Amino acid sequence: MKVSELAATEGFRALALSDPSRQIKGCYIGDLLSWVMGRAQADNAWITIMSNVNVAAVASLADVACVIFAEGVQPDEQAQLAAQMRGLNLIATELPEYEAAVALSRLI
Amino acid sequence: MPEQLQFHYDVDGGNFTSAGQASVQVKNNLSQLGLDPAVIRRVSIAMYEGEINMVIHADGGSADILVEDGCITIILADKGPGIADVEQAMQDGFSTAPDNIRSLGFGAGMGLPNMKRYTDYMKIDSVVGEGTTITMKVNF
Repeated sequence: MKVSELAATEGFRALALSDPSRQIKGCYIGDLLSWVMGRAQADNAWITIMSNVNVAAVASLADVACVIFAEGVQPDEQAQLAAQMRGLNLIATELPEYEAAVALSRLI
Repeated sequence: MPEQLQFHYDVDGGNFTSAGQASVQVKNNLSQLGLDPAVIRRVSIAMYEGEINMVIHADGGSADILVEDGCITIILADKGPGIADVEQAMQDGFSTAPDNIRSLGFGAGMGLPNMKRYTDYMKIDSVVGEGTTITMKVNF
């Protein structure tokens, strides 16, 4: 599914959609950045509660389709700015990480 | 592609806001050369892990990237404290990063293992009290 379709799904909302037509293939959940870089696959949706600026660098380098901030976490301003500069897609949800992954799994 | 291309970056120490800038720049440069995204991903992740290590442990350093036909070489050099036990440092989960670094999501002890995982060749030259130079190669 496209990132824009996920962003339009109830329970999810777009924080930044720089590349809305990007396809999501699979999902990775993690908050330790090196684990994410070591294990996430390109085109995954990355679900996390980490919200600092380094998330933008990791998302860009790991080449994930989008970052989903779970549990109502808001990325800080620097992170949002860095994400937009790097052409990333950021999505927010109030759902916990597991629930967000279950919802995503039903969609892709 | 030209026969050989070289990029040089200085990595600031202690600056976690800009950490990763050199790696993102390398990613962009390699993308412009039209290289396979999977190769670019391996190079940029390996370099980012090294860049973060230099920011956390060594007060910065330098990164040199050499792009040749079929091989990309990454050389990261710092004048930090050095690695006392390289074998131990290479183990998954071993970390000497302080708590404030861990709260940023780093310090999981996966940096060096990731660098090895994503590259075809990795060599660590380290002298305690003098610094560390890491050479990595990704073939394509």
